[in-house]
Amino acid sequence: MAREIHGMVEKRGAGLWLTHVFMILGVLVIFFPIWLAFVASTVTQADIIRPPMPVWPGDQFWTNYKNALFSGVNVPVGTMLMNSLIMAIGIAFGKIVISLLSAFAIVYFKFPGRSVFFWLIFLTLMLPVEVRIVPTFEVVASFGMLNSYSGLIFPLIASATATFLFRQFFLTIPDELAEAARVDGARPMRFFWDIVVPMSRTNIAALFVILFIYGWNQYLWPLLITTDPEMNTIVMGIKQMFPSGDDFAHWPTIMATSILAMIPPVIVVVGMQRLFIRGLVDSEK
Amino acid sequence: MEKRVTFRGWLLPLLLIAPQVIISAVFFFYPAGQAIWQSLFIPDPFGLSMQYVGLGNFEFLLSDPFYRASFVTTAIFSILVTLCSMIPALFLAVLADRLIKGSGVYRTLLIWPYAVAPAVAGVLWLFMFNTRVGVISWYLGQLGYDWNHVLNGGEAMGLVVVASAWGRISYNFLFFFAALQAVPKSVIEAAAIDGARFWRRFWTIVLPLLSPTTFFLLVVNIVYAFFETFGVIHTITAGGPQQTTTILVYKVFSDGFVGQDLGSSSAQSVILLIVVGLLTVVQFKFIEKRVHY
Repeated sequence: MAREIHGMVEKRGAGLWLTHVFMILGVLVIFFPIWLAFVASTVTQADIIRPPMPVWPGDQFWTNYKNALFSGVNVPVGTMLMNSLIMAIGIAFGKIVISLLSAFAIVYFKFPGRSVFFWLIFLTLMLPVEVRIVPTFEVVASFGMLNSYSGLIFPLIASATATFLFRQFFLTIPDELAEAARVDGARPMRFFWDIVVPMSRTNIAALFVILFIYGWNQYLWPLLITTDPEMNTIVMGIKQMFPSGDDFAHWPTIMATSILAMIPPVIVVVGMQRLFIRGLVDSEK
Repeated sequence: MEKRVTFRGWLLPLLLIAPQVIISAVFFFYPAGQAIWQSLFIPDPFGLSMQYVGLGNFEFLLSDPFYRASFVTTAIFSILVTLCSMIPALFLAVLADRLIKGSGVYRTLLIWPYAVAPAVAGVLWLFMFNTRVGVISWYLGQLGYDWNHVLNGGEAMGLVVVASAWGRISYNFLFFFAALQAVPKSVIEAAAIDGARFWRRFWTIVLPLLSPTTFFLLVVNIVYAFFETFGVIHTITAGGPQQTTTILVYKVFSDGFVGQDLGSSSAQSVILLIVVGLLTVVQFKFIEKRVHY
């Protein structure tokens, strides 16, 4: 104790030391829920329903994860993981493709109705799916797209953020490049493939990271349109694992599923940290 | 801003823009139009016909004490989520900014919760505060505090606020950290030479310089609390107890899908639409300002 108080006088060293202490405390507090979920996924149900539960991992890791992945509660978690993966990649890929094309048309062509389309797309920036769920549900149902991947994906790619991002970026591409392409007699689509797309590589990657997480973490929409457990995504499927009555939820399986549900987005965010931060800053500008 | 050099033709650009326009029309403009249209009608109890009621649904909603309560709940919820996610984030960002080495490691650890879906965050927090098996509720019980968010509205609100703010801390941290790194070191040093202590420097120099970021985050976090926290509320409280955690978006869902009250749900969608529009205007006004800053 005495040493600490003495250290406070020397501003620099003690300040730095304290900063680390606070920082580590902050990280521990923020990590605590994840840690607890991990511990719960490695012990038995009996360990949990007699509180307090242990704070260190048990020896049931393989049993619980195997049970979750291959049996689950309503449907194997492996199936839900696959559904989530298809949905997230479909949303990210779909949004990027349609936005690249429409941004290219808006920036590099002057055609009748261009500004009308521009404003129509702009309007879609404003309305999250949560606000128009009932009528969107009816549209999807009337197309027979309930319990299908296209029903999960299409309504969520109708948004303009990505189009605006690409538009901003295309405007910074030097005019000389388009000029040269035109002089060489290159067709617009050739210019698109050979110049525009390769130049947008980093933006595409950054956007992919953000959109993947957006798609993966969707909850309300899959909850409404996937009534068949085989089509549940993992994020919405966790809630379905809770029993409706007074029974005890099977926490080890539920917590193993929660951990499995966060692994792919965490890998994407942490593994592609620089792209992720860039995408975050870009898409909010 | 316009390009000087453009390509000729009108068919190709129309084809290029078609996918986005068609998808927006089918899954966005049509449903939004439907919401506005349906908000003017009341379906009969058998769902066979619709009766035109003009603005009746809106009048009914605005005089409905449950709906008004939901407005207040949403306001309280968003303010609390915004504060609970921004203040810790700013604190951590200031700490990380003081470090010359190691801030990258902390940053990597701190961005984890951002990747956790709100619904999963809800399950994690529900687990800690579960009335029968929760670790924190058990320790609270040992201390003589009987935690029960299933019956106590205040505790339910506290729990959904914390669970919603948790993942947002990462997001706000990243923006505050980037803004702090951009504060010119010469200004800070000049103040330090003039004898200003850390806290004085922070209040008089750093915080004002952060104001564009702070304002931006205020708007973004409010939008988040309004629209993206459905998963947290649905997993933890399902709007209860006695609708104390029923925010507006949750009410659109519970009235439209659970209660099957289409007219009212559509009218609520339209009101939310207006709210989103206002928030978007505020956001754009601000972005203009930031460019001039």
